[in-house]
Amino acid sequence: MRFVDEFRNGAEVQRRLADIQQLTHRPCTLMEVCGGQTHALLRYGIDRLLPNNIELIHGPGCPVCVTAIESIDKALALAALPGIIFCSFGDMLRVPGSSGDLLTLKATGADIRMVYSPLDAVKLAALHPDREVIFFAVGFETTAPAVALAAVQAQEQKLTNFFLLVAHVRVPPAIEALLKADYNRVEAFLAAGHVCTIMGHGEYETLVQRYRVPVVVTGFEPLDLLNGIYRCVRQLHEGRHELENEYRRSVRPEGNAVARRLLEAVFVTVERDWRGLGRLPESGLGLSPAFQSLDAENRFEIRVARVGDGGVCLSGKVLTGQIKPPDCPAFAARCTPEHPLGATMVSTEGACAAYYHYQGGQVNRCQ
Amino acid sequence: MCLAIPGQIISLGETAGSCLSGKVRFGAIIKEVNLFCTPEAVPGDYVIVHAGLAIAVLDQEEAVAVLDTFAEMASS
Repeated sequence: MRFVDEFRNGAEVQRRLADIQQLTHRPCTLMEVCGGQTHALLRYGIDRLLPNNIELIHGPGCPVCVTAIESIDKALALAALPGIIFCSFGDMLRVPGSSGDLLTLKATGADIRMVYSPLDAVKLAALHPDREVIFFAVGFETTAPAVALAAVQAQEQKLTNFFLLVAHVRVPPAIEALLKADYNRVEAFLAAGHVCTIMGHGEYETLVQRYRVPVVVTGFEPLDLLNGIYRCVRQLHEGRHELENEYRRSVRPEGNAVARRLLEAVFVTVERDWRGLGRLPESGLGLSPAFQSLDAENRFEIRVARVGDGGVCLSGKVLTGQIKPPDCPAFAARCTPEHPLGATMVSTEGACAAYYHYQGGQVNRCQ
Repeated sequence: MCLAIPGQIISLGETAGSCLSGKVRFGAIIKEVNLFCTPEAVPGDYVIVHAGLAIAVLDQEEAVAVLDTFAEMASS
């Protein structure tokens, strides 16, 4: 495919790896924020091809992984109500809540449907006026505009049977929480290219200045990732901290104006619980007053207990870069993609699943 | 989940409110995509699509430029 294949050219990848090797004279610790980038780094083996003194910490940018157990429990409670059509992205179906997951609930007869787009859930609501349709809105700023558009379409079509369970999250507060944490070792960030496609890079310039940390907006193909890594390492070696944009073919400084206007109309920033990071102020998106009538939590009465991360799953520590997946005692033993204990093993973008798939579940613990 | 892939617009559909759609080709697959957030897009353009919504028109000049960037950086 054009504009994909060129960015996977093996010879170019080798040449750029050699450039990085030549440039790197001291240990560098970088974080790729987005789960899609983690997946690509492991899938193409880039983590293993880089010089040993470049460490990549896999950040909290997989929405499936950071969604709090409480939100999964709310989804399970809503999906179990009689007469409901509960719609979700496929990734969320196998994430364990306090008891069970959506796929298991579906097997007992609940009408749970996997959709590719929130816009498809609006079509379902129009098609089934006698049923109530709920869409489980998870995801970062990349995904939120499609959900916002679904909300606008539902209002335009005067649908009274379409609702949203909103658990959207925003990237910058999570990066800031990591930078403030006493365990933080990250010296430079690869920022998520598609989040910035929507939002632009203004918020990241603020982080660069406030924390004197290099940030490079980066795409998702092997050459994009190597470009991002090269630029981060070069800034660290030159003692600079700047915002650079490697993914200019998609990211404009101001982002996508139409999408941002949609977000401003439909959502307001709210406090949100994150797996691994806890409750962060202004780190989530909730429905604005004009769209409150779509809020599934208002429309349906459900009670869900507040639960912490807890348990044997160490995904919170994986998401914050404190440990690598093979350091978890359950990894590839009690916890596998077939029987996941936590979200980082469920989602294809979760660090645990990526290590399991692309490093063969080999236990290669850090010494 | 933030996976988004480039595809080429082959035709534009009808516009009704926020339903601005087009047919977009991804390799051998053609899909209906909502173009509300990329109103400037015309057939022949490449758009970056996530969850059924085009989120950017791909800047072809920048795409070519970045492929040359690394060599320039390495030799500078």
